[in-house]
Amino acid sequence: MIEFKEVSKRFGSTLALDKLDANFPTGKIIGLFGPNGAGKSTSIKMIAGLNRPDQGQVLIDGELPRMSKAQIAYLPEIDHLYPWMTIGQAAGFTRSFYVDWDNDKYHELLKYLNLNAEMKIGKISKGQRAKTKLLLTVARRAPYLLMDEPLSGIDILTREEIINTLVRDYREGEQTIIISTHEIAEVESLVDEVFFIDQGKIMLSGSAEEFRVERGQSLVEIMKEAFRHVDQ
Amino acid sequence: MKFDSSRPIYRQIIDSYKKQLIRGELKMGDKILSQREYAEQARINPNTVQRAYREMEALQMVETQRGQGTFIIATEPMLTEIKLEMARDVLEYFIGEMKSLGYTYAQIISMLKEEEKKQGGGF
Repeated sequence: MIEFKEVSKRFGSTLALDKLDANFPTGKIIGLFGPNGAGKSTSIKMIAGLNRPDQGQVLIDGELPRMSKAQIAYLPEIDHLYPWMTIGQAAGFTRSFYVDWDNDKYHELLKYLNLNAEMKIGKISKGQRAKTKLLLTVARRAPYLLMDEPLSGIDILTREEIINTLVRDYREGEQTIIISTHEIAEVESLVDEVFFIDQGKIMLSGSAEEFRVERGQSLVEIMKEAFRHVDQ
Repeated sequence: MKFDSSRPIYRQIIDSYKKQLIRGELKMGDKILSQREYAEQARINPNTVQRAYREMEALQMVETQRGQGTFIIATEPMLTEIKLEMARDVLEYFIGEMKSLGYTYAQIISMLKEEEKKQGGGF
């Protein structure tokens, strides 16, 4: 379980997280939804141990994030891969850092995603780069998988490939995936638990299926309603 | 399969199997997709598929045999039951919608009779 306990984070004059409280359960696919600037990336980076709370605490199975780096595979929103490397070199690079790297899975996924180890990262398309990022994250057998906007700015076919890969390799019950996105429609049927975030706070959270049972609404509709309420 | 994202997905999975049973596309003893295959083909959360399969097992529509797969075990009386249940749902929905348009039972019945005539008596 990942716990946020009254976590606040300020960047200059911007309050990115405002006493945020949340418990992300283990073994679920979790959607972290909200508009741009809501605090999604800040939260994800905090779990990955890339920034620290000003106040409050983040705990991963009771440990501080910096103690849990081996448990976490993180897919950043930005292009973080070196453009001069080939996919194979980037894989070797990642592999050298993490003992949970699964080389068979890497080769299998490479084929499945129509990528090639010889391809140079600086020369491939945006969609192929997105798939490479996914490949390098998912080829680790990490119990926690954090994905920051894995679908943004990517064509529909590549999006489908990415979602297929996630469903295909997901280890039910044991693996926890947190996906941050503002494109909820794409992941409606993928997420178990949803957290709607805005202005650094969780506005609403719960089980996706229970929301549908109770409200008869899609997550997109719920989000629109939740955030319309905020503006008033 | 396309899902309606405003209705619980696990129920839509169960309903789609029920429909296939009623239409005779699936029969006693038939093997259905594994949970993983289903999740991959439909691109939905494997936990959701698991919930649907568990419920179908509890309803004794299907049975999962270790290492063999999941099989249909629904009996004839159960199919009759399922069919009736689905018909009631459709009816309830229809009546609800007609009521909300301001129709009475008598009006609904006369419209149905008219419709029957138009269709040449029966389906």
